[in-house]
Amino acid sequence: MRRLTPYLLALPSWMWLAIFLVVPMVAMASVSLQTGNAIDGFAMTFSFSNYGDALSRYSPQLLRSLLYGGLATVAMLIIGYPVAYWIAFRGGHRKSVYLFLLLLPFFVSFVLRTISWNFLLSDNGILFGTLKGWGLLPADFHVLATTFAVVGGLTYNFLPFMILPIYVALERVDPRVVEAAQDLYATRTAAFRRVVLPLSLPGVFAGVLMTFVPATADPINAQILGGTANTMIGNIIQTEYLTNLDYPTASALSFTLMAVLLVGIFIYARALGTENVLEAAAR
Amino acid sequence: MRGIRVGDRLLHIYTWLVIVWLSSPIAVMILFGFNDKQSKSNTSWQGFTLRWYAELFDISDLTVALRNSLVIALISTVITVVIGTMLGLALGRHRFRGKGVTNFLVFAAISTPELVMGASLLSLFVSGSVPRDANTIIVSHVLFSLSFVVVTVRARVVTLDPSLEEAARDLGATAWGTFRQVTLPSIMPGVLAGAMLSFALSIDDYVVTSFVNGSTVTFPLWIVGAVKTGIPPQVNVMGTLIFGVGVLIAIANAVAARRRN
Repeated sequence: MRRLTPYLLALPSWMWLAIFLVVPMVAMASVSLQTGNAIDGFAMTFSFSNYGDALSRYSPQLLRSLLYGGLATVAMLIIGYPVAYWIAFRGGHRKSVYLFLLLLPFFVSFVLRTISWNFLLSDNGILFGTLKGWGLLPADFHVLATTFAVVGGLTYNFLPFMILPIYVALERVDPRVVEAAQDLYATRTAAFRRVVLPLSLPGVFAGVLMTFVPATADPINAQILGGTANTMIGNIIQTEYLTNLDYPTASALSFTLMAVLLVGIFIYARALGTENVLEAAAR
Repeated sequence: MRGIRVGDRLLHIYTWLVIVWLSSPIAVMILFGFNDKQSKSNTSWQGFTLRWYAELFDISDLTVALRNSLVIALISTVITVVIGTMLGLALGRHRFRGKGVTNFLVFAAISTPELVMGASLLSLFVSGSVPRDANTIIVSHVLFSLSFVVVTVRARVVTLDPSLEEAARDLGATAWGTFRQVTLPSIMPGVLAGAMLSFALSIDDYVVTSFVNGSTVTFPLWIVGAVKTGIPPQVNVMGTLIFGVGVLIAIANAVAARRRN
């Protein structure tokens, strides 16, 4: 009986993960190779051309998603690193208060936060409407429905996921190591570049992973802030699945997106060095 | 030394600016729940009112959507916490065949983009002709919350001292009695953290739900559906109340944790 215990404990979760994570992936792979339509039904024809067709129609949106996800990730890194650094080294006994404040947005639903931005940035809203009223902005000035709005929204929504892992890595850096570097006549910049920065790289790695993947695949920001010219792959997949009922195209696109992200992660991991990756994964 | 101080001060101000930036949409949401708007759109400030708090439940399908979200979050949290705690115990405490695969699946469930998860679940339901309703939503929410509960519980389990349980058994406690009176109380903070996380993930979810909802509407789905016609102030009020309750629970939790230590 005691030997069976772990299996009994794991069984319900195994079943859940098998039936609702593994099997659906197989189902999606299968659907992506079928042909047919929503009325007459779909049949398996091993039609690999679904992938080519889907890509030839939607590669601009796929590339745009990778670009927007990448831009937002870089923005998050630039904006978030100094915040993580200051809290880790200068936050003192108020560290947890600062972290709590950074996490406040998570108490408001993702959708509602994004809509709040739509509202704040609307052409004649409280911000731009007022400035236009004072004559400080031209009447046709707008931010909504631009690349900037979408990338800004992504940056805003995922920023805490970049700050937290970097903070965790920096928090573990022993201040005495930095002091030692300075005692050995390293300048402040050199001590940062040669000691602190390398020690924080696993956090940066984790932060990039935790933000790039969801930002690239996010449909909400483009839908609410982007207008028609900034459609991302997530919007296409949603429309193909839910409006056009073109399941094969939608499945092929989902698989392509996942494959591209996995390859991206792999290349990124190789470029950064396997040791850092293993270290990051171990946390 | 002067340069260092100035740099630190600038970074301090900068950190606050980022916090203000992150909080500004929340402030707007709360503020416009009090807006005495006359026109259809709720985009400019027209005076203070508590009207929307009094008329909170006047939009019946919005109220239904909120109730759906709460019920779905509650049920999926209970299921997730039970099976996730079991797996967390197994992974944190036992050696068994398939542990590596299990760890991989737990990691995969966290790192799969929501969009891909929703799309693959819909593929499954379409292939199996499963009707989409509240049940398929619950099943999907358990799936994406499960790993978070497993991870938080496992983190707690590995810090447990096994000799406590041995002592309980030496003193004649049954296996179940030991679990209920020794193991469960000591992993409770992890279980509770997992439960709060899974409730929050469920009530917040738009992407996965949008694939598997059928004709059932949840709070986030209703909001996105209403964007084109204009968000009524009741949504702001509901968002404000959820925000308030969440913050209160988090603070209470932090205070309780401080008292324990």
